[in-house]
Amino acid sequence: MALRTLVTRKTLRTLPLGFRGLQTFSLPDLPYDYGALEPAISGDIMQIHHQKHHQAYITNYNKALEQLDGAIAKGDASTVVKLQSAIKFNGGGHVNHSIFWKNLAPIREGGGEPPKGSLGWAIDNHFGSIDALIQKMNAEGAALQGSGWVWLGVDKELKRLVVETTANQDPLVTKGPSLVPLLGIDVWEHAYYLQYKNVRPDYLKNIWKVINWKYASEVFEKECP
Amino acid sequence: MNLLSCSSNHCPLSSKVLASTSPPSKILKSSVRVRNLGWGERRDNMRNNRRVSKVVAYYGLKSPPYRLDALEPYMSQRTLEVHWGAHHRGYVEALNKQLAKNDILYGCTMDELIRVTYNNGNPLPEFNNAAQVWNHDFFWESMQPGGGEMPTLGILQQIEKDFASFANFKEKFIEAALTSFGSGWVWLVLKREKKCLAIVKTSNAVNPLVWNDIPIISLDLWEHAYYLDYKNDRAKYVNTFMNHLVSWNAAAARMARAQAFVNLGEPKIPVA
Repeated sequence: MALRTLVTRKTLRTLPLGFRGLQTFSLPDLPYDYGALEPAISGDIMQIHHQKHHQAYITNYNKALEQLDGAIAKGDASTVVKLQSAIKFNGGGHVNHSIFWKNLAPIREGGGEPPKGSLGWAIDNHFGSIDALIQKMNAEGAALQGSGWVWLGVDKELKRLVVETTANQDPLVTKGPSLVPLLGIDVWEHAYYLQYKNVRPDYLKNIWKVINWKYASEVFEKECP
Repeated sequence: MNLLSCSSNHCPLSSKVLASTSPPSKILKSSVRVRNLGWGERRDNMRNNRRVSKVVAYYGLKSPPYRLDALEPYMSQRTLEVHWGAHHRGYVEALNKQLAKNDILYGCTMDELIRVTYNNGNPLPEFNNAAQVWNHDFFWESMQPGGGEMPTLGILQQIEKDFASFANFKEKFIEAALTSFGSGWVWLVLKREKKCLAIVKTSNAVNPLVWNDIPIISLDLWEHAYYLDYKNDRAKYVNTFMNHLVSWNAAAARMARAQAFVNLGEPKIPVA
């Protein structure tokens, strides 16, 4: 609580937000061009998804954190509680989309290349084959009502792969505290509507061509060495 | 629009029946004469008589009460074509497919089907499709070409009574739409118990019928409703809806009908 004692000194009140220890978030850059994932995902969608939707989550997350900070400082418990849903939604949106950009890669940079090594072996062990896993994830993604995500995750306690869905912007941990996301597919309509309209199954079929298994393998090997 | 009936004796599916263990064929027999055929007879029937009477429930896709380009430039024809022609139609067809397999749900009106499949918060798989069919019918009728502006007469009075002013209502409605997370709907409803108008947010396919309230106006906040026209700019879509699309005529009609079920004021009986 050294922060508290610092803040009560009048001299520090005029310093900008960053100095009080409240970290604000900013939009991470994509490691590829907006059009690099064509034709699986159009450049238009990537641009709006990144610059508008993800940015909006970050902006609102920062705003909510600022309000939370103020409420905590004042001891306003009911406001703190009231802000939780905004933090879960916008913070979750930021977390999920940050993972999502890393889950995608242009074809010439390895997008769509199946995983080798321990992740590939674990998938074959648990699901039978990569294709079986893809079928399962596509089925769950297509069946998800409304907005949400479909995940391939690993339970770091049980050392087991799982396929899960979450609603709205709930991160994977809301389905289990020991779950670590390896791959997430955004099935909110904004992720595919301009290109695929209501045909979500087509989007799910095509996105596998640009999935970055290298990233998923790295995360997996870190959790299950 | 169907009249909203509080309790219907026509639907063979009160919650008792769902919980009971009596076989569904009993219910069907009272409404449709289908003889319980044995395996051999059924097989022969299929071979000899192709037109075996098979019980199926059919809901149809209702067109919006205006042409698909009538809401331009506020809601494009393209949006109507995809939203109505693909999404709404998809829900109707999926519902018919589900009902064809599940005879127990045959015979309900749409309102009853929604209430029954909602199952008090634990929805059955048919709920999503049934409710979305109803929701979209209601939504098309909640809009009109040349809509927006202000309501008049009775509905304006009730809004002013329950929200202090129309401007305040509009602000609250827009705020509810903008603070709604994910896919869902915003409704202006007449609450039966409290006998007042209220703004309600619901997620995914849920609608106020499940709480026995009477919807007056709805706004579709699923991204498919506005993405082609407004992309991520939900605020612009919501404001455009309030200013140029919402049909206060439809709202007034629904309000008038609702007053047959909800007593909004004491009758003025003059003292002799």
